Amino acid sequence: MTWLADNWNTVLTLTWRSLYLAGIPLVLGFVVSIPLGWMASRWSRTYPAIITTTGLLYTIPSLAMFVMMPVLLGTKILDPVNVIVAMTIYTVALLARTVADGLNAVPDDIAQAATAMGYRGARRLFGVELPLAAPVVAAGLRVAAVSNVSIVSVATLIGVSQLGDLLVDGYNRVIWGELLSGIIACVLLALAFDAVIVLGTRAVTPWLRVQAARA
Amino acid sequence: MINSIWAWFTDPVNWQGEDGIPHRTLQHLEYTAMAVLLAAVIAIPLGLWVGHTGRARWLVSLANSVRAVPTLGLLLAATLWLGAYIQSDLAFTLPSILVLGLLAIPPLLAGTYAGIEAVPPAARDAALGVGMTSGQVLRQVEVPNGLPLFMSGLRSAVLQVVATATVAAFVGLGGLGRFLIDGIALGDYPQTAGGAILVAVLAVVLDGVFALVQRGVVSPGLSGRRVGGRGKDSRSVSVEADRSSTDAPTPVAPA
Repeated sequence: MTWLADNWNTVLTLTWRSLYLAGIPLVLGFVVSIPLGWMASRWSRTYPAIITTTGLLYTIPSLAMFVMMPVLLGTKILDPVNVIVAMTIYTVALLARTVADGLNAVPDDIAQAATAMGYRGARRLFGVELPLAAPVVAAGLRVAAVSNVSIVSVATLIGVSQLGDLLVDGYNRVIWGELLSGIIACVLLALAFDAVIVLGTRAVTPWLRVQAARA
Repeated sequence: MINSIWAWFTDPVNWQGEDGIPHRTLQHLEYTAMAVLLAAVIAIPLGLWVGHTGRARWLVSLANSVRAVPTLGLLLAATLWLGAYIQSDLAFTLPSILVLGLLAIPPLLAGTYAGIEAVPPAARDAALGVGMTSGQVLRQVEVPNGLPLFMSGLRSAVLQVVATATVAAFVGLGGLGRFLIDGIALGDYPQTAGGAILVAVLAVVLDGVFALVQRGVVSPGLSGRRVGGRGKDSRSVSVEADRSSTDAPTPVAPA
């Protein structure tokens, strides 16, 4: 592991780049998925259309998605924006369905009780329904986070630098220390995302712990 | 830009020989079939066993944790490691196929296991109650009931393999990924984009084919589809069951 000791700073810089290339799309995708998922659950006729479209986007292989971005966005080929937009699309593809299913799973009587107490429209969505759907949504977010970190490493092949550089450079120059450091850094980054989401979900769903303690 | 991509598609040279679109597409399908079969031989019996007996559930968690490992890293490490032991052209192909197979295991295993796990205990008890043996319960009750979740696992596995096979062109695998990787290396954007479109279309079409297969094999009693379109006989089961069995695959794997 002398390679890691000698290249510590490079690894940190690249980890930081992976962090935002995977993290920003996670946040953006989440924000976009809320109205989409809400629409699909509110008007059940829109559900098949929304879920089929997002599912279709998810089937597009990552490398293909990355290289098509410049045509669709009019950006330069090496622009990191391509990766951020592509990753956001994948995140939405995963989360729109999760948000819709999570909202659908909120019991009707709870939604009605909330309405009776004066919660309406957006206030009911953000104050009652979305928090109750949080465990389901969080499960989707965790899948998206882990998958984002893995997919982002492919961006090295289109010349956008992040942890994937260690994988490709380690392979090209047969430096096992570099290749393995890259893999481990990716795994740790994925685990870190996962831990943040788990802790965040715990923070926004305090009633789940009360229930568990009572049971 | 669009014109030059169109020109690439309509150039007859790109439709002929080793490097032609038809041959590359066939190669891509071959790799996908090999890798998914390889994974199926391992994952399906294992998933059936774990689901049926309820033993060794940790196997499913273990397979799932493999997903945190970046697919590109796995691919490059396996090629570097196995490639050193293999002479001839297989040094590039064999490690890639093995890794593709390995990546298809988690979704297949999870799908098979979850399908059987989700069978209502009452159905299982009833089957035992009417005198079915353990093997009969597995074959006649658990497997047909588990098909919707198994099929979405299979679809995830196929998509995962199609996507990773594209990336594997970087380590010398053939298939449609060649157009992308070679296009990027040569700075030939029309070829790169053309390859990207082909891969995307292949993935969408394959998934559509499997969606149709799913429609065909899943019992109408589960999917809520009407039998033969005849009135009262046909049951329409809850929307929930229909949703879990049709439409998009449950996306469980990173692409």
